[in-house]
Amino acid sequence: MESFEGKSLFLNRSDINTDEIIPARYLTEISKQAMGPHLLEDLVLPGFNPTSDVPDKGVLVTRANFGCGSSREHAAWALEVNDINVVIAESFSRIFRQNMFNCGMLAAPLPPETIDHIFETFADRETHVETDLEQNMFVFTAKDRDGKEIREEIPFTLGEFDRELLEAGGWVNYADSRY
Amino acid sequence: MGKTIAEKIFDTHLVDNPSGDIHVIGLDSVFCHEITTPVAICDLMDRAKDRVFDPNRIKAVIDHVTPAKDSKTAEQGKILRDWARRHNIRDFFDIGRNGVCHALFPEQGFVRPGDTIIMGDSHTCTHGAFGAFAAGVGTTDLEVGILKGVCAFSYPKTIRFEIAGDLPAGVYAKDVILTVVAELGVNGATNKVIEFTGETVDAMSIESRMTLCNMAIEAGATCGICRPDMTTVEYLWPFIKDEFDSKQAALDAYAAFTPDPDAVYDSMISLDVSGLCPKITYGYKPDCVKPVADMAGEKIHQVYIGSCTNGRLEDLRIAASVLDGHTISDAVRGIVSPATPTIYQDALAEGIIDIFMKAGFCVTNPTCGACLGMSNGVLAEGEVCVSTTNRNFNGRMGKGGMVHLASPATAAASAIAGSIANSNRYKK
Ligand code: SF4
Repeated sequence: MESFEGKSLFLNRSDINTDEIIPARYLTEISKQAMGPHLLEDLVLPGFNPTSDVPDKGVLVTRANFGCGSSREHAAWALEVNDINVVIAESFSRIFRQNMFNCGMLAAPLPPETIDHIFETFADRETHVETDLEQNMFVFTAKDRDGKEIREEIPFTLGEFDRELLEAGGWVNYADSRY
Repeated sequence: MGKTIAEKIFDTHLVDNPSGDIHVIGLDSVFCHEITTPVAICDLMDRAKDRVFDPNRIKAVIDHVTPAKDSKTAEQGKILRDWARRHNIRDFFDIGRNGVCHALFPEQGFVRPGDTIIMGDSHTCTHGAFGAFAAGVGTTDLEVGILKGVCAFSYPKTIRFEIAGDLPAGVYAKDVILTVVAELGVNGATNKVIEFTGETVDAMSIESRMTLCNMAIEAGATCGICRPDMTTVEYLWPFIKDEFDSKQAALDAYAAFTPDPDAVYDSMISLDVSGLCPKITYGYKPDCVKPVADMAGEKIHQVYIGSCTNGRLEDLRIAASVLDGHTISDAVRGIVSPATPTIYQDALAEGIIDIFMKAGFCVTNPTCGACLGMSNGVLAEGEVCVSTTNRNFNGRMGKGGMVHLASPATAAASAIAGSIANSNRYKK
């Protein structure tokens, strides 16, 4: 299975589309690795700089309808080759969500209030997120201004089929063994 | 309990129900193009699974960048071409016979009511115009489709969009779907199917229905779908005449894929189009829609007429009826891409290409090209384009470019004016 933890990247906007995640001009690449440097390259968001903000992150937290637009799985791969295997959002586009699980990656929707709360508490801090797949729980940790640890456990739900895809390492393995 | 169109299609294609509402369905066709399929092919080869479930049910085309513009796009075309040959995929369309997938495949008779289709392309929803369930998928779903002929979906919930009223002059299916997307929002139909119904849809040609279904994904929908009727049968007749004794017999058979009167919908929305005006997008999301009148006069640099949304003969006829006798503004570059070779030839025969060329348009070969900013009309930073395509995302037609989505009539009028314009200014 992929690793589902790491430092968190916060993107505070809804409807981030696949062209913003990986622009069409890189779709002529045939290797996944080639997507790496171009993740979120066209995303215009105040305070966000892809060159400095993307490296060494493991988890992405964002708002509603993440990954809308094209069907390109390149969007999931661009995250994967940057070691970001978890996206937490208010909601996802159908195809993007399916692509994530098909690649054995985790797309977890959380209620808007919870996402609001996460942004309020953690977005301005260096935050680490761990995923407990047994308890269906994210563990967010950061330090407050006095250096004291802030720690929150945030439950999520995972469909049975999605869990099986994660365990099988994606849909090709799952389908080939079954159909 | 009655069923929607999508529910009837799912129930006749069920292969497995691994858990909850997840349905693995059998596929009638898998469509492929050269942008998303080569990665799937390479991965299947890496996994030592370079097989196809049924070469007759796989259709492939090189359409996004054709002829190849550089070594990388040449390589993508080559991977698809070699694969099609290796597996005896007879319905493979290369240079000279190729065109935009969602215009070409229906034109070849590959889409039938009740079919299940996937493709590694989000606008696969276009084929719902025939009463098929057709969904865009990512590369992994495509791989499994190629290998096993199955795909997993949640059991479909359907939004019913009941459209009534006669379309006013100068208002077209594109204006209707822009209105629908604005009403639902870019997220309003996520994980759902949109069933387009009502007297306005009944009166529409298959081409117009394709324009409607094409942009269902812009509201997040898995598929747009129209009930099959006599218009569908008439369109398909050359391909199905050996299958049925009469058109009525075909219609009766396809009735299996019309919705039941007591079908249960997730929601029902009515729209009266009799007072609708031409629409255009502003901003970078397809649900940012305004009347053309509110944007009139805004300067533009390029007009693009083409794509799977509005590159069919009907669309070129509409644009030509506005352009006839006019020349486009010096400030504007006009580009038209007939979506398939047949459309191109028909447009030539009807004198439409002549009208475009006399007006000052550049006519390209059938290709996606400019629509996704890959070739044949990429915008420079700061440039503005009125386009008959379906996406106005930031950078879609070129980094730093601005795209306003509109009907072929509005696009043609804007080309003449050199700024956003309503077609009633020019149409006789
Ligand atoms: S015309 Fe544009 S939207 Fe349609 S398939 Fe081609 S690139 Fe995609």
